[in-house]
Parts: sequence; structure tokens; C-alpha cells
Amino acid sequence: MPKRVLLGVLLACGLTASALQPVLAQEPKTGGVINAVIQPEPPGLMLAMIQNGPTQMVSGNIFEGLLRYSPKLEPLPELAESWSVSEDAKTYTFKLRKGVTWHDGKPFTAADVVFSIEMLKQTHARARNNLVQVDKVEAPDDDTVVFTLKQPFGPFLGIFEVGSMPMVPKHLYEGTDWKTNPYNNAPVGTGPFMFKEWQKGSFIRLVKNPNYYEKGKPYIDEIYWQIIPDAAARSVAYETGKVDVLPGGSVENFDVPRLSKLKDTCVTGAGWEFFSPLAWLWLNNRQGPLADKRVRQAIMYAIDRDFAKDVIWNGLGKVATGPSASTIKYYTSDVPKYPYDPAKAKALLKEAGYKGEKIRMLPLAYGETWQRWGEAVKQNLMDVGMNIETIATDVAGGNQKIGDWDYDIAFTYLYQYGDPALGVGRNYVSSAIAKGQVFNNVEGYSNPEIDKLFADGAVATPDSKRKEIYEKAQKILVEDVPVAWMLELQFPTIMRCKVKNLITTGIGVNDGFKDAWLDK
Amino acid sequence: MLSFVAQRVVKGVIVLLAIIVLNFFLIRLAPGDPAVVMAGEAGASDQVFVKQLREKFGLDKPLPEQLFIYVKGVVTLDLGFSFRQQAPVAKLIMERLPATLLLTLTAFAISLMLGVLFGTFAARFAGTVLDTAITVFALIFYAMPIFWVALMGILLFSVTMDWLPSFGYDTVGANLTGFAHVVDVARHLVMPAMTLGLFFMATYTRMTRASMLEVKRLDFVKTARAKGLSNAVIQRRHVLRNALLPVVTLAGVHAGTLIGGAVITETVFAWPGIGRLMYDALLQRDYNLLLGVFVTCSVMVLIFNLITDLVYRLVDPRIEFAS
Repeated sequence: MPKRVLLGVLLACGLTASALQPVLAQEPKTGGVINAVIQPEPPGLMLAMIQNGPTQMVSGNIFEGLLRYSPKLEPLPELAESWSVSEDAKTYTFKLRKGVTWHDGKPFTAADVVFSIEMLKQTHARARNNLVQVDKVEAPDDDTVVFTLKQPFGPFLGIFEVGSMPMVPKHLYEGTDWKTNPYNNAPVGTGPFMFKEWQKGSFIRLVKNPNYYEKGKPYIDEIYWQIIPDAAARSVAYETGKVDVLPGGSVENFDVPRLSKLKDTCVTGAGWEFFSPLAWLWLNNRQGPLADKRVRQAIMYAIDRDFAKDVIWNGLGKVATGPSASTIKYYTSDVPKYPYDPAKAKALLKEAGYKGEKIRMLPLAYGETWQRWGEAVKQNLMDVGMNIETIATDVAGGNQKIGDWDYDIAFTYLYQYGDPALGVGRNYVSSAIAKGQVFNNVEGYSNPEIDKLFADGAVATPDSKRKEIYEKAQKILVEDVPVAWMLELQFPTIMRCKVKNLITTGIGVNDGFKDAWLDK
Repeated sequence: MLSFVAQRVVKGVIVLLAIIVLNFFLIRLAPGDPAVVMAGEAGASDQVFVKQLREKFGLDKPLPEQLFIYVKGVVTLDLGFSFRQQAPVAKLIMERLPATLLLTLTAFAISLMLGVLFGTFAARFAGTVLDTAITVFALIFYAMPIFWVALMGILLFSVTMDWLPSFGYDTVGANLTGFAHVVDVARHLVMPAMTLGLFFMATYTRMTRASMLEVKRLDFVKTARAKGLSNAVIQRRHVLRNALLPVVTLAGVHAGTLIGGAVITETVFAWPGIGRLMYDALLQRDYNLLLGVFVTCSVMVLIFNLITDLVYRLVDPRIEFAS
């Protein structure tokens, strides 16, 4: 087995060096500083206003949600210590932890939750969509919040992690202009770490919250998020001991095996279960050869996805079988299969009458790995006789072209958030076709049966009914190939072995460092 | 002289306005806008969200109105607000300016001093082994891409020898003060300044050498020699001084671009300067910030052009301040 494949298998199994150590048996030690890399520099840290990846990663330490999620995506207590669901599945009651305070000392109460929900409906696009079934939110007392839904919403308990629904201090935001509130630049949360300093272009410094409600936590005194824009320089910073943690995606894939072998280095692929990043090729279903299902199926057969996994991604990740990642709810592998079969691809292209029309492909401008993947896919498609023209753009330009439907094939990867109703349906239902937007149904796939299945699946009860609906949807989609699913991505987190318990939930590094400690 | 300066300032203001208008439209020609970028980064882009962002950025207004608002702001020394970074553009630029000036001025000084020195030696000993060695040395640094020199420097001096830090402005978390902090910053400055400086040094070396060899052939040098002046005096007072004019021109052009010209060096060494600010603003389509950096750079170019013209006269008194 090639080494990089072995590495991938080990990571996939969670059998990393750190995981093998008897971490749980050790008593956590307090003190110390963790230097971690953040890339790119976040535009801001107010999680309720800005939701990009780096903001979530840093602010996941400052803010908190009502719940966290285990690697198996089971809800865990955070600011809510318990919850219950009514028999008709329309009323959710959360009991909040007592004694929680904001970083400025004011108490956290149910009124903050109600205010946060109202604010997020206006400032947080994903939260707004997640809350569409919510009829009202009430706070009968300081420690209780009751959500009443218009109708049962299956994934409701899955929408409360910090990035999806961060709690905002009502006393600092109510009645202010949220956009220019001074606390956007000095955020105040309930989390284990408090914002201390941000030297733009250099670092963000967080310090321990001494009044954190979980006694003894956090164990670490300070976190420095170092801003290093060049991927090679980030690798060197780790190699020379200047940083301790490289969160997933911080370095180019080809550096991962080398860095993994460094002394006292531990690697883990864990912590992405909630997000389950899935990579695929948008295929413009509207026009040209790709409007024909047989051509889209030919693309699936033409691409050697195992090669991409083993060579370009160093054995990390898993070949995708359809629209759902295998880590999210209601996934099924019982769908039509598309093994690497160039002969079949050629036959399908011939049957569809493809005559070498030019097909424009947009790779993803996320660095060298993605560029190489673009080249590999182009080669695969040209091998079966397709005439591929690569269009080079930066991220903004690429998004614009995809949103304007001005492409034939385009790379992307999106998070799935644990449930098909939250992170899958949005890419296939016809109500999500809207020109000028990215990350919805930009391929232009329209199938009334799929529309109905996703509409029903979101509100169906019991769980077995949802399972049945989503399995059927997966089978139909895989047969129709509205997009070409590539890989379930895995972004390994590289760290010094002395950093313990960095990742304890399915939200990974984005869930904050409250459990982390240094074995000095 | 005063009228010359006044005329140049007036012309400068007109040029600056033209630059602003041109850049304003040029930036918007690139596909994608800040709303699309931010919606993309948030992984959710429903119509309400993008519309909200466009309204927030003022992108929903007609282009001429956006331009008018911007120019009106610049006239009152207000470079606008970066909604992406949640801060006034002028503040963001001022935060980064000291780091950039430290890096580029150090690099500029290194390149100019070493370049003129090596160029003079090469011309003085033209055709000898020393001349060849200097020329080859200069060509190597001129030909190598800056990012490659930077990475090789990091590999050698940080990874292998562990002499110098590989990134940043100072040691994060060390909380050094006074002289210890100065030494710390200097240690961080060595590699980026040398990387940037060596490239420009090569240019000055070649330029000085060529220019001196040309001047050496002129009649007044023969006259000086005939007068019995020593070789050192001829080289210094007659040849070098006259040969410096093209070098001053080149240095003037370089100096003007110093503010924004260190993008690659700042990126590789994670130096928190304006070059990186500009690069990030470009990728994120942060229009106001990008225009703000352009305006700052343009002003610097205009100022340095003016200084170059004034220095000309000092180097060669025959040049007059023509209107």
C-alpha cells in the first residue's frame, strides 16, 4: 500500500498517533500558550455578522451556541444543559445552564437567546434558513427558552452549534446599529477564551476566561492565532517550532506527509463530521452537451476519483458515492455506481452525439492542490474525447461566473451540516435556482419529484420516514447526475503531540479549545 | 523653484484625480464584487443576504453616484470605510504604513548603496575578474524571482541554520520592549529587506556600471586626466557624479513604487505591510480599501517624482527648473 494511502486510511480510521495515546487517562495540566495558524486573516470576529471559515475558527473560542455535537452528530450540552421535545415534535424546550456570564460580567439569560435569534434572522443567512420553520421563541423565565415550530422540522436539534447559531449579548447590541457596533471589533461572548488583542496582519490573541462556567476549564492560558499568508511559510513556521497547530487546510496537501513525519507531531482527520465537506463538479444542466444526462454520466465514468484521492489528496478522504457524505444522516451507498471506466464514458458520449464541442471548466482558486486536481480532471475528460478549456479566475471571479451560470464545469466543495435538510437539498431543489447567487442550485437541475422529496423529508416524522425519503432522493439524483460528485474531503489537523484534547467534538477546531491542554 | 513646485503640485492633483476615476472603473471591471465574495465565504448566499450586503457596501447605487461619493470623500481626506474589515480605510492603511516603510526603505537603502558601490567597482575595474564576478552576481539576483530567493533564504537561514525568524514583524507573545524589541524587529527584517534589496541592487549595479563606462569615454574626462587630476578624484567627482543621473531617475521611479511594490516579499515573510493589505483587498474585492491603497501609492509616486526632479538639480546644476 503506498505510504500516502496508508496515511489516509489511518486518518480515516482515527488511528493517529495522538488517538493512540491514553489521553483520557491523563489528568489535564493547566497553563501554557497555543500558537495556531489562521488563514486567511478573518475580516472580523463578530460571528453573528460574519460567517466565513477563519472567523468561525477563532470566534468559536469566544462565542458559544446552545449545543455542541459529538463526532456521531448527537447533540451535547453547551449553553443549554438539557432539552426536551413535545410529542407532536413542534415544541422544543431548552433549559439553560445557571451561572453563565458574559465576558463583561453580566449574566447570560434566556432573554439573550431570544434576542440572538431575532438578530441572526437578519444577519446570518444560514441561520435565517434554518429558522424558517420557527413560529415563535419565548423565554418563560431566565433559564428556559421555548421554540414553537410551524410544523415538525426533523433536523431542528442540529442547528444550534456556535457557527450556526452563536449567542449574542443583548445588553451590548439591543438598540444599536449592529453593523457599526464597537463590540464587533472587541467581541464579548460567553466562551472559554476572551478577545484580548488583534494586530492586523500579524496575530489575534485570546486569553483564558477566568470566570468560565465549567470549573477548571479552559486549561490553556492564551491562544495566539498567527496570520501567515503563504502556504509554504506556514509549513516552515510549523517546522521551525513557531506554531503548534495547523488546522485542516492550513498547508498544501503535498506538505502533509512530510510534516506528519516530523518529531513529536500528531495528525488527526477528526473534527469534520459536522461539516462533512463534499467536493463536486458543478455541471451546467441548462445548455450544450451537459444538458444531456448521458454526457453527465460519461463525466462520472471518465474521472479517476481514486487517483485524485490517492495522489492529489495523499490518500485523504473518500470517494463520494452521491449527494450525501457518508458521515451525515440518512446516507445510503445503495445507489447507482460510477467506477472509473473510460470505455463506458466514450460509449455514452457517442450515444449522446457529442462531437467535440468546447466545454469550459473553472478550477477552484484555492491553491496548488485544487489547481492540480483541475489538471487531472481535464486530462481524464480529454482522454475520453472531450474538448476541455480551462478558464483561470480568482475566487471572486469564479463565484461571479458560477452565479451567473457562465460556465460548463466548475469545481466546488460545500459543507453538509449533518442533515440533508440543512446542507444537501439546497443544491438540488428547483426553488433554489436563483441567478446571481452561488452555492444554491447553480447547475439548474429541476425535477418535481426531487423537489417534493426534499420538501417532505424536512418535515416528515418519524425518523424512519425521513430515512426512506432521503434514500429515495439519493438514488434518483445519482441516476440523474445533476453534478459530478468527487470526494468526501478530509483536512488533517497537524499539531505537536503535547497538545492534547484539541478536537473532542464533530465540530473540530471550530468548536474552540476549551478541552485542550498542554502536556509540558 | 517655488513656481516649479507649485506647477508640479497642480499637475499632480489632476493626475491623481484621473488615477482615481480610472481605478474606480478598472476595479469594477473585474468579475465579482465584495457581496459575492462575502456571501461565498459564508457558504450561504440567498438573495436577501446578497442584497443586504450590496446595500451595506453602497453597491446598489448607480456607478456615477458611487464615484461622486468616493471623490467627495477623497477631497475631504476621507478614504471611505472598509465594510469587510469593519474599519475606516485610512486607519487600516496607517496601521500598515510603518511596517511597509521600514521594510521598503531599508531595502531601498541597501540596494542603492550596494548597487552604486558595486557598479562603481565594476566600472573602475572593467574587464577584470572583479568586474565579471560583480556582473554575474548582479545578474543572478536580477534573474531570480523574488519569491524563490525568499523561500531559499527561509530554507537556509531559518530551517537549516536557525539563525533568523522565517515570518512576522516581531516575535509574537514575547512582549519585548526597548532595545530588545529593536533587535527582535531587526532580526525579522533582515531576510525580507535583503530579498527585496538584492533584486533592486542588481539593477543599480548594472545601471551604475554602464553609465560610468559611458561617461568615462567623454572628452571632459580626458581633459581632467590631462590636467593631471588623480584617478580617484576623476572617478568620484567627474565620472560618478555625471553617471548618477540615470541612477537617480531609476531610484526615483523605484522609490515611488515602494509602498505597494513589496507584495510578494510581504506575503512570503508574513510582513504586515500595505502590499499584503492591497493583495487581500484585491482578492476580496474590497473596493474602498483597494482604491485607498491605490490613492496612497499614487500620492507617493507623485511626491517621489517631484523629489527626483529636485535631486536632479543637486546632482547636475546645469539642469534648470523649466516650467
